[in-house]
Amino acid sequence: MDPECARLLPALCAVLADPRQPVADDTCLEKLLDWFKAVTEAGSSLLLLQENPCLVELLFHVLKPQDLSSRILSFALRLAGTFAAQENCFQYLQQGELLPGLFGEHGPLGAAAWAAPTVRSGWIQGLRSLAQHPSALLFLADSGAVDTIFSLQGDPSLFVASAAGQLLVHVLDLAMRGPAKGHGRLQAQDWPACAQRIVCHLEDCLCSEAAPRVTQALHVLTTAFGHCHGLWTQGLWVQLSPLVARLLEKDPMPAPHALVELLLSVARSSVPSSNPGLWETAAQTLSRLSPMQAGPLAAGILKLQDCPQALRTQAFGVLLRPLACVLEATAQAPGTPGLLEGAAGDPMAVDMLPPSKSACVGLLCSTLAHLELLQPLPQRPSPWPQAPLLAAAVTILRFCNGSAAPSSEVGGRLCAMLVGCVRVQRAALDFLGVLSQGLGPRELVTQVFAVLLEYLMSPDSSPTVLKKAFQATLRWLLSSAVPPGCCDLEPRAQLVLRELLAVLQKRLCSPCWEVRDSGLEFLTQMTRRWGGQAGFRQTLLASEVPKLASQLLQDPESYVRASAVAAAGQLSSQGLLAAPSSPEHPAGPQTPLEELLLVLTTDSEGFPRRAAMRVFTEWLRDGHMAVAEDRERFMARVLQAASGDLDWEVRVQGLELALIFLQQLLGARSPGAAPPGALAQALRALCRVQLFEFAFRSLFDCDRPVAQKSCDLLLFLRAKAAPSSSPQEAGDSPDVAPVEAALQRWRAGEQGQPLGELAPEAVLAVLRSMDLEALRDTLAESSDHVERSPQSLLQDVLAAVGVLGDNEADCY
Amino acid sequence: MKLYCLSGHPTLPCNVLKFKSTTIMLDCGLDMTSTLNFLPLPLVQSPRLSNLPGWSLKDGNVFLDKELKECSGHVFVDSVPEFCLPETELIDLSTVDVILISNYHCMMALPYITEHTGFTGTVYATEPTVQIGRLLMEELVNFIERVPKAQSASLWKNKDIQRLLPSPLKDAVEVSTWRRCYTMQEVNSALSKIQLVGYSQKIELFGAVQVTPLSSGYALGSSNWIIQSHYEKVSYVSGSSLLTTHPQPMDQASLKNSDVLILTGLTQIPTANPDGMVGEFCSNLALTVRNGGNVLVPCYPSGVIYDLLECLYQYIDSAGLSSIPFYFISPVANSSLEFSQIFAEWLCHNKQTKVYLPEPPFPHAELIQTNKLKHYPSIHGDFSNDFRQPCVVFTGHPSLRFGDVVHFMELWGKSSLNTVIFTEPDFSYLEALAPYQPLAMKCIYCPIDTRLNFIQVSKLLKEVQPLHVVCPEQYTQPPPAQSHRVDLMVDCQPPAMSYRRAEVLALPFKRRYEKIEIMPELADSLVPMEIKPGISLATVSAVLHTKDNKHVLQPPPRPAQPTGGKKRKRASDDIPDCKVLKPLLSGSIPVDQFVQTLEKHGFSDIKVEDTAKGHIVLLQEAETLIQIEEDSTHIICDDDEVLRVRLRDLVLKFLQKF
Repeated sequence: MDPECARLLPALCAVLADPRQPVADDTCLEKLLDWFKAVTEAGSSLLLLQENPCLVELLFHVLKPQDLSSRILSFALRLAGTFAAQENCFQYLQQGELLPGLFGEHGPLGAAAWAAPTVRSGWIQGLRSLAQHPSALLFLADSGAVDTIFSLQGDPSLFVASAAGQLLVHVLDLAMRGPAKGHGRLQAQDWPACAQRIVCHLEDCLCSEAAPRVTQALHVLTTAFGHCHGLWTQGLWVQLSPLVARLLEKDPMPAPHALVELLLSVARSSVPSSNPGLWETAAQTLSRLSPMQAGPLAAGILKLQDCPQALRTQAFGVLLRPLACVLEATAQAPGTPGLLEGAAGDPMAVDMLPPSKSACVGLLCSTLAHLELLQPLPQRPSPWPQAPLLAAAVTILRFCNGSAAPSSEVGGRLCAMLVGCVRVQRAALDFLGVLSQGLGPRELVTQVFAVLLEYLMSPDSSPTVLKKAFQATLRWLLSSAVPPGCCDLEPRAQLVLRELLAVLQKRLCSPCWEVRDSGLEFLTQMTRRWGGQAGFRQTLLASEVPKLASQLLQDPESYVRASAVAAAGQLSSQGLLAAPSSPEHPAGPQTPLEELLLVLTTDSEGFPRRAAMRVFTEWLRDGHMAVAEDRERFMARVLQAASGDLDWEVRVQGLELALIFLQQLLGARSPGAAPPGALAQALRALCRVQLFEFAFRSLFDCDRPVAQKSCDLLLFLRAKAAPSSSPQEAGDSPDVAPVEAALQRWRAGEQGQPLGELAPEAVLAVLRSMDLEALRDTLAESSDHVERSPQSLLQDVLAAVGVLGDNEADCY
Repeated sequence: MKLYCLSGHPTLPCNVLKFKSTTIMLDCGLDMTSTLNFLPLPLVQSPRLSNLPGWSLKDGNVFLDKELKECSGHVFVDSVPEFCLPETELIDLSTVDVILISNYHCMMALPYITEHTGFTGTVYATEPTVQIGRLLMEELVNFIERVPKAQSASLWKNKDIQRLLPSPLKDAVEVSTWRRCYTMQEVNSALSKIQLVGYSQKIELFGAVQVTPLSSGYALGSSNWIIQSHYEKVSYVSGSSLLTTHPQPMDQASLKNSDVLILTGLTQIPTANPDGMVGEFCSNLALTVRNGGNVLVPCYPSGVIYDLLECLYQYIDSAGLSSIPFYFISPVANSSLEFSQIFAEWLCHNKQTKVYLPEPPFPHAELIQTNKLKHYPSIHGDFSNDFRQPCVVFTGHPSLRFGDVVHFMELWGKSSLNTVIFTEPDFSYLEALAPYQPLAMKCIYCPIDTRLNFIQVSKLLKEVQPLHVVCPEQYTQPPPAQSHRVDLMVDCQPPAMSYRRAEVLALPFKRRYEKIEIMPELADSLVPMEIKPGISLATVSAVLHTKDNKHVLQPPPRPAQPTGGKKRKRASDDIPDCKVLKPLLSGSIPVDQFVQTLEKHGFSDIKVEDTAKGHIVLLQEAETLIQIEEDSTHIICDDDEVLRVRLRDLVLKFLQKF
């Protein structure tokens, strides 16, 4: 601890111990605890307490019956726990009977303060920190704390209850870790007494008739198997699995969700390697749970790396069952190949779908979400029933828009429940998009595009559904390139494209801005992918879409304008944007470049301006024609606009653009310095576009990222120029005084001052004279590095109290 | 209670309810889809229409070629359009006491009923309903009268000839009853019979029933009606909406506890969500105009047009359409736009509050002020000077058979740049377009029907829980084109009773109580006797006096004093003989105790038999039988009056008398 902090510490302790001076800010206490934790981790706690007796005094002070706030009490409990984590310090505190006072029955536990959840939480967290060594275990056993933890599991405050469960796991782990070392697996009767008590308590809970107690025990076990990796966990499962299995036989099954969590936690641990009985329990659970409850278990099982094939097949069957029902509900002839063909499952229970709308919707959504997560995994079930899954997704979407023809009573019910259900529509569209990773039979893929087009065309599709439909369509278009990886659209996709553009045309005129926005995003992505392909170009140019997209540059909604900028940039890159001529502004800008410059200089919102900068950066990088024509003029105009922008992201983008320009002039690839001739030429060009004024000015920008970017840019330039101090430069030294004077003024905050004409030589000289590395390091520190020091924290706490005092004095 | 169903159109209902002693007509809708069988009436001479070839029978017979014309494979009647009236033969309409109107679309047949059936009653409607209804009628009459047509075709209506015609003429129903449009004079006379009412106002009908209009949320002044007596309540729900549009929201709470709920006027396009359709309307409008095309919106002069103008008000600037002119052409355009602004108390809360700012409740005022929206009575006159393209034109009639819309269809139909957007759900757009084929202009169908859909109906019924629901048969099965959509029908328990045109329904509901007042002096004389805790009875002798469907119990006249017998009694002094009243009995006879009592009184050899209705006590010795039932006891003995009286007295001991 630095001396300054040590000096402030007694005052701080006095403030904390004084009930008349409440610490207003809770976060201060948290920060203090963090700091103490860091200090104790770095050195000896015992030494710390000995050198700063005020800390022990504070802890003793807390023990006195008084009107101390519950926050301070909680703080003291946690602080004591932090100190006592080291065994010698624990013993030191024990000598003073401080720990029994704080954590024993005569401490806050028996006092009125216990009613405050913060105190109970502090008590638990204190013990959690303290329980790190065998002495702590003894203390816990002797002080009766374990019983208190048991009771806190049912605490009305969820935070307290959950922390109590975790503490129990921690104590159990601590108790088992010691003896287990070197002994491998122990028999239950050899477990330490403390561990036996906890396990006994868990057994009682598992046998209890009260569902909350069962749930508590299951939660504790889930945490134990999830976080503890000792071999003892295997013994624990052997001991408790019969009780868990007995839960399965109860009707109704208590705490099904917690049970699923536990089984998955055990399955992911080292238990299954030695105890294959787990798989039987899992299989039994799968068959006992309702479809809604079994879904998470089935999905969890399928995500496991090693698990018996039979169980995987069963789990997949469970997961697929709702979709199989959907397919069955529209099957024209009985016995149509369904989803569960080949998969072991009980004879198709078509009527397994829940009768209520919300339950049915929930089941379908969660099934689709599970399958969506499974699809990309290497351990997903194989063979993957791609075709029936596609058919199911299409059928669900058809049910949702009312176009499915149900063939049974269940189908009729499904139809009535799903029509217009946005939740299911979104889930099914997401899933359909993911399925594009696999192939499908030709006629099914045709159906996929048909249903996607139906959604895109339907006036009833909500904006979020439309967005998802656009995304899924893009994914399917991408996957239908032939051969895979080729950028040409296959003929069928080409047909779809024509209809798509007609829809897009209408969507770009939608009164709902979200729809216009997602339409533009879709257009940008399509153009990026297929802009070079003749078929696409022809179809796009034959439509009104490019014209509409550029008209949306004037949209009243800034997000839409930003997307329109991106779309126009992409269209223009591919030569797909005719000269914009808006009927509203016949005298307006004539080229896309002018149009985007207008956005950059005049748009009142940041998003469109940032989008314009991104487009310019891309154009420069890719050598867009409009840029290549007169690169310097382009740079000069954009940098001028960007440097004066109020949005720091635009300025950073401007510097990024400048960096690319620089790299293009000086060669980014070659690591060394640029050849002198090229350098001189480049410097002159940089001066002409006034890049230096922008870069130097940005060094002192009030927004740190801008200054950092500028620093990087200038460092790059200096690296390219450094060793090449040409003879003529060495001869007559340039006049750097005006530049340095300007820099001084900018540093002082007088940003209005112009730099004036710059000579390349002067720039180089200034660059070399500046300590850019130091500047970079300073900027790399977070902006609150001064304010975050412990000293400042202590001062803040004291000042806050002091200020309170001042105000009181002012009142008189 | 009976319901006479005079119209088969579920959204243009006309039903007659006989309830207690009243005969109440519920709405007076006019089915105008019949006009789709006629050729359009062009405002300006149309060579295309006048040169259509006459239609000839298969055998080449051309005697109908003056009446029927052929256009792109469809056959149309070349005559003044005619309307299909409500059934007039099912019930004598002169007996109708009152007509209740629920909204301005449902009163279009009023002149036919009030002027030609001997109707002498009163019509009840809210003020906006009457004013806007008048506008609709005025527009209709104007559209038809300003293009006089000499010819009136009737030959084709001959049943034998009609059979030979192609569809849909062949299948048109009751063509003999189709009538030409009424005159303005008839309209005025019909409207003069209307009495204005306000929401929640209680109107007594002959003391028998009370009728009350409630806000239905569908249109300005639109109402549902409660028809109730003291012990019965019938709700009539017609054209209601739960969406937030311009009218006052629907009053659902007052519909609770109905014995019968008559449900009509649901959305005609249950699969089209109005919000989505408005979006579709705006997108297509913008797309057309941006491409330099014109947009034609066939519409009524009031209703959805207010909401469309409001949406466009918000949309046109964002879509960059502020320089595009919007024209509203109707003989009543000006009145409609102005009326909408003055019925503040009939508007939704948001619009009502604007009035206090003060601002016009509808933003179309601003559109007019800034010259973005211009309105004209017809295409003649000022409009032709101001007309600028591309533009958007709102005009009637949505059937495309008459009105200024006919002119624009002829004018713009040939160019694929132009678009006609159908927003009114009343007419099939394909049938409406049939006489304009071949047509190059784009057609967009965005029906905007804000009336209740089936999901809303099912929620409404769950909430108000009527005992019985009665609705048109169309609502009790899924639409024929979507037979799998079981969600598109009224779903309630017990299942709804359905009706169709020309059907008489006996409503599944029996009246059991009637309210009778007791005069105070008579009430004073009553001596109630408590027979069960909380239930007291008293006998009363009184004269029941009934007048104007009100029943009053008055004290009976005093018994005549003996008058000495000399004077002759005047006839008017005659009073009915008041017989000595026997006491009324109540209670039941516990058989076991009764048997014990009999034994105590010396009867022996008693046998008790249980019967379906009670018990038979057999006194075998006395050859007597006592039959005890729930509401009667019979003592059957052979001419032994003494025994009978003895037994009677024993029976009476167990009963209470008062």
